[in-house]
Amino acid sequence: MAELNTGEGKKGGGKVRSKKSNPGVDLTAMVDLAFLLITFFMLTTTLSKPQSMPLAMPDKAKDDTPTTKIPEERMMTILIGKDNKILWYMGKFETPIIPPTEAVYGKNGIRKDLLKQIEYGKAIAKRDGFKDGEGLIVNIKASDKANYRNLVDILDEMAITHPQLYAIGDITPGEIDLLTKTGLY
Amino acid sequence: MAKVKISKKSTRIDMTAMCDVAFLLLSFFIMTATAKQPEPKPVDAPASTVLEKLPEEGVATITVGDKEVFFTIPGADVRKKTLERISAQYKVAFTEDEYKTFSTMEGFGVPLNQLKGLLKLNAEERNKEGVQKGIPYDSINNELTNWVKFAREAEKEVLDEKIANGEKDVVYKDLDIAIKGDAKEDYTTIKRIIDILQEQKKNRFFLVTGLRDKNF
Repeated sequence: MAELNTGEGKKGGGKVRSKKSNPGVDLTAMVDLAFLLITFFMLTTTLSKPQSMPLAMPDKAKDDTPTTKIPEERMMTILIGKDNKILWYMGKFETPIIPPTEAVYGKNGIRKDLLKQIEYGKAIAKRDGFKDGEGLIVNIKASDKANYRNLVDILDEMAITHPQLYAIGDITPGEIDLLTKTGLY
Repeated sequence: MAKVKISKKSTRIDMTAMCDVAFLLLSFFIMTATAKQPEPKPVDAPASTVLEKLPEEGVATITVGDKEVFFTIPGADVRKKTLERISAQYKVAFTEDEYKTFSTMEGFGVPLNQLKGLLKLNAEERNKEGVQKGIPYDSINNELTNWVKFAREAEKEVLDEKIANGEKDVVYKDLDIAIKGDAKEDYTTIKRIIDILQEQKKNRFFLVTGLRDKNF
């Protein structure tokens, strides 16, 4: 059939027809690639800025005697032991209002206790006629068996639950004994 | 019957403009992106829910992993001035070339007696695992204290110079310190670093963390 001819038959016509090519190039693939790269750069640039947690430690000057007495009833102490376990108590170490209780990290562990104690602390502060911002004061004491993740986890709990004040303190020998007795040291 | 003529339109869209915009955005992102610096000690920072970002400038980072400590000083001129002070303190002379190499080096972690050897290596060799063994920070040989102290002094000098030169957008601030610790690092090591900072009345600093959801 004539269709199969590849154009030899036209030779006789004399006029050479150049193939009509489309002047526009297909840019679809190029655009695809460009947007892929844009997405990549957008994601990597925003994610690479490191997150941080600001931490203010109390001044270590030797002569500073606390001018305001810390009310025992609103004082919570968190001891960080080994194997991602926590021991917490309210009040003084010798005469705790709530005896040492073991807890784990996370929203079903220490956070529940913290939120409860924060409410309690607020109520106590109100009863004693303090201003509105006053409430629970948390003292964080990490033992030598704790790791850095434990510390950041507890500080993170503070950032989530917002007690009135929190500080990192040094653990006492008595508290280490307590941790040893409960098998957390 | 009248035939409804459907006008034959090309299904192709002109993509030129789209392509232009895409590449414009692409070049913008490439230019603004900061290249990730190779770290001598890659650590796995613990996660937290705090969304605060580290300040972009003027943050020195203390990286702690496997009980080894690395120090990153921001800014080439601050690094040079820090080394000048270290050189005076420990009576070690450095050549002009060594100053130059040190000012291009972001983070490092070697005792001072190995610093000259480290400066001889090229950038690739420096960041190989096991080449840098950490800055001593125990009470006998506490080089980290001096590095931090001198970096803060150097930062102050650089900022003072800028202010004296009448640069209006420069505000004086103390060198910020960030601690980037490995999640598995012992608390005692971190405590020691915090104590070193507190000894020089640096009571506010940052802990570098990753990101996580509140429902952990």
